[in-house]
Amino acid sequence: MDYVFKQLINALNTGSIYALVAIGYTMVYGIIRLINFAHGDVMMFGAYFAFIFATSLPFSDTAGGVILIMLLSMAAAAIMGVLIEKIAYKRLRRAPRISALITAIGMSLFLQNLALLIFKAEPKVMPALVPKTRVDFFGLDIPVLTLYTFGFSVLFMVLLTLFVRKTRPGKAMRAVSQDQDAARLMGINVNSVISLTFALGSALGALGGVFYSLSYSQVYPTLGVMPGLKAFVAAVLGGIGNIGGAMLGGYLIGLLETVTNGFLSIVWKEATRWTDAFVFAVLIFVLLFKPSGILGKHVKEKV
Amino acid sequence: MKAFLIKYDRIISVLAVILGVFVILNTLIEAGVFSNYIRGILILVMIAIIMATSLNIATGFLGQLVLGHAGFMALGAYGAALSAIALREVIPSDLVLFLVATAIAMAISLLAGLVVGTPALRLRGDYLGIMTLGFGEIVKVILTNLEVTNGAQGLTRIPRIMSFPVAYFTMAVVVVIIALFMNSRHGRAMISIREDEIASESVGINVTRYKIIGFLMAAMFGGVGGSVYAFHIGFLSPTTFGFVRSIDIFVIVVLGGMGSLSGAVIAASVLTFLPEFLRDFANYRLLVYSALLVLTMLFRPQGLMGTKEIVISFRRFSDKIRAFWMKHRKTKAIEGGTDHGNP
Repeated sequence: MDYVFKQLINALNTGSIYALVAIGYTMVYGIIRLINFAHGDVMMFGAYFAFIFATSLPFSDTAGGVILIMLLSMAAAAIMGVLIEKIAYKRLRRAPRISALITAIGMSLFLQNLALLIFKAEPKVMPALVPKTRVDFFGLDIPVLTLYTFGFSVLFMVLLTLFVRKTRPGKAMRAVSQDQDAARLMGINVNSVISLTFALGSALGALGGVFYSLSYSQVYPTLGVMPGLKAFVAAVLGGIGNIGGAMLGGYLIGLLETVTNGFLSIVWKEATRWTDAFVFAVLIFVLLFKPSGILGKHVKEKV
Repeated sequence: MKAFLIKYDRIISVLAVILGVFVILNTLIEAGVFSNYIRGILILVMIAIIMATSLNIATGFLGQLVLGHAGFMALGAYGAALSAIALREVIPSDLVLFLVATAIAMAISLLAGLVVGTPALRLRGDYLGIMTLGFGEIVKVILTNLEVTNGAQGLTRIPRIMSFPVAYFTMAVVVVIIALFMNSRHGRAMISIREDEIASESVGINVTRYKIIGFLMAAMFGGVGGSVYAFHIGFLSPTTFGFVRSIDIFVIVVLGGMGSLSGAVIAASVLTFLPEFLRDFANYRLLVYSALLVLTMLFRPQGLMGTKEIVISFRRFSDKIRAFWMKHRKTKAIEGGTDHGNP
């Protein structure tokens, strides 16, 4: 029973990270119908930002310091996300979608190689901002880091949901995602709404990157590739364009990984080596049988 | 004789150019002007051309985003390598061994293309891209975990039987077949699908059928590229065929011009040679590549050649020279005339 709990807690940890990153994919897709391939690399840069702040700020090991580092990395990543949109994607809003997608792929590679040049290929050791101890949480033995990851992920997801549902900018965001031209006619500044979307998505992605690097104690230039792809799978699984769907998909992918790594590996020793293949197989099956995902709406193609 | 030349002008011109380029390159290699190192790069250029022109069928002519072309290359490479290792004793001739192994590689890639393509082509645009990306990753995981491929350690003992002439003519055959196909009724049907799927369906083009044919051709010739690669390098590792490789091929197609075979040939040659000359800046290679990709999309989304082709035709060439000559002479005559009038 202990083992089962331990694995479920693992699933919550990885699931939270995927959910955070998946939100960025889904928000951008919802608003400009673009798979932002560079998102995984924004996540990677978020982890590097945290690394820089953690090694340069003096008070990084206090609880307040950890939160400050998180917020600073999120802010830096948000600026980065907005810049990426302004430089690379803005001109292509009316271009064929394949051009925008190629640009996104180019941007992703560019960021990876930029990180490779700046920080070099060797993985950097991420300082343990959160103590590597375990606490007794209502009778359950949980690592402190998981508590942080899960707690902050849920907090920010709730904040984001409230923001999108209850505030005026959130309403503008929903309006733009439904119909950009109509929203513009209603006096909404579409450009700033798109910038806002990129800022929020990138900030959450960076948070995911910070937690990812904390749980593996490493930062490296290709850190964002695999979790980025898997978070994208999560977004598609939940229904791309749907924020709640991204969260659900993230936790489902986390669960799937944990089940293959933690349980399937008991009966079949080699299961852990096939985890990635399982995740992508899920993607393919979702795309084939329900491309709109679990929570997404089916959109008919117009002639 | 003249009538014959005019009638078969295109065929004669193309064959002459293919042979001419071959004779020049091969003489330079045989004479030792080109070192073994450059010979190796030239074979890599041939592989890049095969991969880029084959991906161009699906992405350029058919307009379908494929981000897992390295998956087909990997299947072809491993298929060819494993069958060559198994058949080495039975077939003594290197050329026959290569041809048999390549045929097997093509069959394997074709089969994989059928398995992935038939369901995947129901999807559109970016979804298809994502699915093919997933396919590429799955192929990599499978190759890493199988015992017969020697997993992550990589496959060794592959006979290195690739010579420049074989690589060159394999490339030439692949490109000519693709060019002929694209100039046929079927090729035009594919191009019309790229331009407007619904409109082509309404004029009676079987969209699904042509999408599958195009995708299968891309997969099959991708397998050929993999086979040439396996026999040239002599060592295969699953990580060679990751997402980065797919993107490398994709970049060639985009920069050359989606839907232009000559563009793909030029881009493949330049992008394979360039990094070798810029060895000192190796760290910047991918940075420059990715920046190029973004800048191309921003400022010249159609790529180097767009959908245009360089037409190889002696007749057209001589016509152009004659026209140029005539024009030149005429202007000279006019100039002479005015000179005479105004001393």
